Amino acid sequence: MKKTSMVVFATIASLFLLSWIVKGMFSEGSSPYLDGFLVTLAAFLTLAIMSFLYKDNPYYKFAEHLFVGVSAAYAMCLGFWSTIVGNLIPRLSSTVSDFFQVNYIEGDYNIFFVIPIIFGILLLMRLSPKAGWLSRWPLAFIVGTTAGLNFVRYLRSDFINQINSTIIPLLIDWNGFGDFFSNMNFSATGQLVMMFSNLVIFVGVVCGIIYFYFSKEHTGWFGRASKVGIWILMITFGASFGYTVMGRISLLVGRITFLFKDWLEIIS
Amino acid sequence: MKVKLLFAVILLLLLSSLSFAQDDSAEIDTSAVVEELVLPAPPGNLSGVDKPNDHGHSIDLSWELSPDDGGGLNTVLQYDIYHWVPNLMLELNLVRDSISVIQKIIRKTTNGIIEGSQADSMKKVFEKLSRSELFDVRNSLTEYVKKGNKGLAEACKSYPEGGAWLFLDKKPSGTSTFDHIGSKEFKSSGFVPDFANLYYRVDAVTADGAKASSNILGPIQSSGQWYNTFRTPVVFSVLLFTLLTVFFVQKARKGADLYVRPLGGIEAVDDAIGRATEMGRPILYVLGLGSAADIATIASFTILGRVAKKVAEYQTELLVPTYDPIVMTVAQEVVKSAYLDAGRPDAYKEDTVHFVTQSQFAYVAAVNGIMLRELPATNIYMGKFFAESLILAETGALAGSIQISGTDEIAQIPFFIVACDYTLIGEELYAASAYLGKEPVLLGSLKAQDYAKAAIIVLAVIGVILAQFDFGTEFVNLFEVVN
Repeated sequence: MKKTSMVVFATIASLFLLSWIVKGMFSEGSSPYLDGFLVTLAAFLTLAIMSFLYKDNPYYKFAEHLFVGVSAAYAMCLGFWSTIVGNLIPRLSSTVSDFFQVNYIEGDYNIFFVIPIIFGILLLMRLSPKAGWLSRWPLAFIVGTTAGLNFVRYLRSDFINQINSTIIPLLIDWNGFGDFFSNMNFSATGQLVMMFSNLVIFVGVVCGIIYFYFSKEHTGWFGRASKVGIWILMITFGASFGYTVMGRISLLVGRITFLFKDWLEIIS
Repeated sequence: MKVKLLFAVILLLLLSSLSFAQDDSAEIDTSAVVEELVLPAPPGNLSGVDKPNDHGHSIDLSWELSPDDGGGLNTVLQYDIYHWVPNLMLELNLVRDSISVIQKIIRKTTNGIIEGSQADSMKKVFEKLSRSELFDVRNSLTEYVKKGNKGLAEACKSYPEGGAWLFLDKKPSGTSTFDHIGSKEFKSSGFVPDFANLYYRVDAVTADGAKASSNILGPIQSSGQWYNTFRTPVVFSVLLFTLLTVFFVQKARKGADLYVRPLGGIEAVDDAIGRATEMGRPILYVLGLGSAADIATIASFTILGRVAKKVAEYQTELLVPTYDPIVMTVAQEVVKSAYLDAGRPDAYKEDTVHFVTQSQFAYVAAVNGIMLRELPATNIYMGKFFAESLILAETGALAGSIQISGTDEIAQIPFFIVACDYTLIGEELYAASAYLGKEPVLLGSLKAQDYAKAAIIVLAVIGVILAQFDFGTEFVNLFEVVN
């Protein structure tokens, strides 16, 4: 280990201990030193993850591995204890329920619960070199079933409802140009804005679909319509980008609040 | 002991059910004339039909407004809707309630959940029982409800004897319809039996509490339908799309040259693999956070297959960290097959496709680490992505990798566009799988999709023209899909 690294490590370790002791001394909970340790640990792990903004470093690696390991193990335990032990076993066998010390639910026995068990075992077959091919059956079932179910769902939402929503009049309350110009205003529910809005929807949908038409080369008028389509898409994406970035900033604010309020107690 | 206990419990229930029925008959059957109050005119012509296009157990009611609703004395505040039920139903409802109480005691969720004196008294009775006794009682009561439900249709025939009017709901003045959506679950207290004689009544109620009853509707029966006519547009669309797909698949199988326009992002895949080979660095393929059931992930598998085949041919390293265990399993199969197709099964390594974790940001942290440590020449993100999209793409850009992305998550596409070199937008991802695979089935379905899109444009243009000239309503209704 280089000398600089050792100095950095020693500094961080000292700061950690200092923070732990100070937080423990001023914490008002029933177990102040444990609370102090947990807050300090959370703060240092947050800073370790944020250190990635500078460059990859051992502290980021530590936080990353800890995060991945804990989350993977937690997900596995949760899946096993809540799904298999918590829901499946109590509906299938009183003996196994007794073994896991969970209550057997006699009236809820259902033979269909055996199917996911079989599929689960078949999936595990891939660990065996000889019977590995059996794991393809549940996979085929999962992929095939979902594709079939989604077929109808998407056809309805992306095809039928799309047509339904695009059928809108382009001229609203139209009584000639004279009436249009004399009553023109920029109210959100006014004739001009409503007509413009409907026009954008119609042109946007038609040109957007043309952009996603793959069977024809995008040249000539088709290419121009496709360009309009991609422009509309890009404007939509721009709006979406700004909106989402604002959401992310609120996440950052949450973390910074934790550091300055819960840990350092600089802000109230 | 158990049998005795069970009898005691049921006896208690029956006794309380009798008192309950008596109490309620006094409380809910308030059609008697209230003296000193000015009665409103009753609602007229109460009629009802079995709710169409449903699984049964529901009746649609309609009535004419009381003359004193919006006119006349204008005193009607609301309409109370009543449903006549035989005593057996009241009894079964009580048993259902006790089953629910037992369930809550078994699951230890009673605290703060049970409300009402009857539920509390039931709780007191059941709480003294051991767990096994609770299960026994619950199963016996469930069996009792099951058997009782079979006799409901017969009990309904006894109208107007041996039953009571049960309050269903209230509707504000000016309302002239009510859909009685019953439950199909016999364990539920809202259970409405099919093919049983049902009776309804609607009372106009004033602010003073004066009530006037409509005519009695009944007997009327509910039943389920095999075909939901509201979904007819879906059936036609499915048929049309299936026919188009079959037609184009057959055409492709016969060797027809089905043109698919080149996609920038996909054209770049080969170059990116070549770049990785020349640089001697790996290729990182991220399948996203979707499950194996997501269409985007399924499309991504096809692209992965193509990438893996090229990688096997060029003997480049491939890294596929996965988020979902099922996705990992499918991806392993895909990559293995690709190596076989390329004639390099020996080069396939089991840990090429590996599981990371099922926690979103832990997964991102791990993939970011891979990007900075392994320094892949090319990062390919294809599938379903959420909040992690920008973090991944930004880190990849910092690491100097060529990046190709594709997702159908509209909210994430902007992040990929700004941080990646090539992005497949939405449906381009599906098209890419067909374009790369060149398989008749995929090409055929892509062609069918294109024709469906053309149909959308044509129908939208026709619809807009018709809507402009006030003929649009009927046309729009053709595409109305009601649940």
